[in-house]
Amino acid sequence: MNFRMILKISIKALNRNKVRSVLTMLGIIIGVGSLISMVSLGQGAQMQIQEAIAARGANLLYVRPGSRRTRGYHGGAGTINTLVPADAEAILAECPSVAMASPSVGVSAQVIFGNQNWSTRIEGFNQEFPEIRNWKVAQGTFFDETHLKTAARVAVLGQTVSDLLFPGMDPVGQTMRIRNLPFQVIGVLEKKGQSSWGRDNDDTVVVPYTTVQKKMLGGILNIQSIIISAISARATYTAELQITETLRQRHKLRVSQENDFQVRNLSEYAEAAAETNQTMTVLLACIAAVSLLVGGIGIMNIMLVAVTERTREIGIRMAIGARPEHIRVQFLVESILLCLFGGMLGVTLGVVGSFAISGLLGWPTLLSSSSIVLGVGFSAMIGIFFGYYPAHKASMLDPIDALRYE
Amino acid sequence: MTLGVYKTSVEIVTPESTTVGESGNREKEKSRSVRPVISLQNVKKDYSLGVETVHALRGITLDVLPGQFVAVMGASGSGKSTLLNLIGCLDRPSEGTYLLDGIDASHLSAAERADIRNQKIGFIFQSFNLLPRTSVWENVEAPMLYAGLPKDVRAERVRHALKTVGISEKAKALPNQLSGGQQQRVAVARALVNRPPLMLADEPTGNLDSVTAEEIMKFLQDLNVRRHITLVMVTHEADIAAYARRVIQMKDGLIQSDYMK
Ligand SMILES: Nc1ncnc2c1ncn2[C@@H]1O[C@H](COP(=O)(O)OP(=O)(O)OP(=O)(O)O)[C@@H](O)[C@H]1O
Ligand SMILES: [Mg+2]
Repeated sequence: MNFRMILKISIKALNRNKVRSVLTMLGIIIGVGSLISMVSLGQGAQMQIQEAIAARGANLLYVRPGSRRTRGYHGGAGTINTLVPADAEAILAECPSVAMASPSVGVSAQVIFGNQNWSTRIEGFNQEFPEIRNWKVAQGTFFDETHLKTAARVAVLGQTVSDLLFPGMDPVGQTMRIRNLPFQVIGVLEKKGQSSWGRDNDDTVVVPYTTVQKKMLGGILNIQSIIISAISARATYTAELQITETLRQRHKLRVSQENDFQVRNLSEYAEAAAETNQTMTVLLACIAAVSLLVGGIGIMNIMLVAVTERTREIGIRMAIGARPEHIRVQFLVESILLCLFGGMLGVTLGVVGSFAISGLLGWPTLLSSSSIVLGVGFSAMIGIFFGYYPAHKASMLDPIDALRYE
Repeated sequence: MTLGVYKTSVEIVTPESTTVGESGNREKEKSRSVRPVISLQNVKKDYSLGVETVHALRGITLDVLPGQFVAVMGASGSGKSTLLNLIGCLDRPSEGTYLLDGIDASHLSAAERADIRNQKIGFIFQSFNLLPRTSVWENVEAPMLYAGLPKDVRAERVRHALKTVGISEKAKALPNQLSGGQQQRVAVARALVNRPPLMLADEPTGNLDSVTAEEIMKFLQDLNVRRHITLVMVTHEADIAAYARRVIQMKDGLIQSDYMK
């Protein structure tokens, strides 16, 4: 008895009860389908987070002022202003893992052009901003060192501000007013879209940080934060250590004293986000696995019915010389075929489903071949696992009892 | 998966010149030189129904020589089918020994008994027992699948067997499209294809009208005479038993009489 014969017998048996076979497979189809679409949804979300982080610069680090602890009172982050532009220069000069650094200081302000006005963030950086933030200028130019030294009133607009203030016209070369001071628009940044935290990145105006300090904040000397680009994504951790060391020295902190600043890198956020997302993916996959399990139990149920129904056939086969293992393999192959076929239909459903999710709901999905292989493999395993008991039961039938069965 | 290679030659039988009414034991003494196909020694079979035990066979001693055509008769419930099932290795005796073609068949595993049924025995049942929704061709082919015979051999033997029983034109038909007589012919063809030395028939004509019954019986007799296939047949009817040359009467799980014609 070779395998092809058994396969033929099994396919014939399944063919005889087409409706029932399809209904039985439905459990597996839905299970595998949801498994694949859920995993692709989870992986899509993962990919989106990673892209968002890459867009902001994977090498990016932030330094913020820390909290000051005075007589038991512990203020929140940024409650003290310990950072100065010289800190940024020192970080750049002394930390080998740091490629670029820019002071950052911002205010909220009304911007006016003609009869249009808009409330937005005015953010001051140095000329390295486009490189550090990985954010190119779309039109015009970015400001340079001369603009910084002279605290020039020049502005580079985010797309949102550009669209609102200069609808249908080229903003470059125009003069707009920020807090009633005239600023010349010298460039427009590329569209960046929403941040993963839902903020509109393009609702901003970038100016030299010196201009914010001197022209808008009355000549303050400190800055709000420092943005830093490490030499590579891998170097962010060593950069963080070097920055901490440099700032502790500059701020003359004793060993017993806490940092009066915070260094943050984006990979921390990325990890946190990835972890949340992974939990969600696992959860969704679990739900899908449960439905697969239910599908498997359905297979077992139907196979048990099939064995009972075909008791006489089993008896006849035994009488003409089928060994118990022949009967066992025959029924096992039947349930594996059911599951495998259901699994393949499920993969199709999962692929269609994940396209539908991304098409209709706009959620990102990522189909991986591994999840497809997993889905098909899993369903075959279910076929073996849930098919074994009915097949074994069939093979253990007594030939005479089986022949007498009505 | 097969039990050795089946020897095509059937041991030649020299029909004993026995007289009618001679006992089985005396016949056995006369034929010591020929190995029996079936040899039962004090075989018992009990069925337990809860607390009660049914003694279906209560000590059967019986030899059947190669080429014999034996009819087993007796009242309903006398144990005829039980005996035939034991001989056919569908069941195991509760006590006693059973040698089939010299092999001790009383203590074989389920798989070994399956191989014996496949290679040594052809079954014919009262209710035909063809595989449902399976074509005549595939029904006849089935025993050879379990024997692991190659495709061309199978095809050749199916063709030949269907021709022998005279229903070649029905090869593609399904069992429920055939008359009872035709179904029984298919069953005979199926019993023949693995060329077993022994055929067992439990009321083979029980579901057939007398004309068809005669056809089938002539056919079985022909197999016995020309191919020297040993035949053991259970029947209720005297005119069917008349085709056999040895008739065993059973009563309450015992052999009451055993005579040769
Ligand atoms: N599986 C079983 N379980 C319990 N008792 C059984 C079983 N099979 C047979 N018997 C009993 O064994 C006895 C012999 O049964 P068997 O079928 O051999 O009779 P039979 O001679 O073939 O009868 P019939 O002519 O009606 O076919 C009967 O009393 C029957 O009830
Ligand atoms: Mg009977």
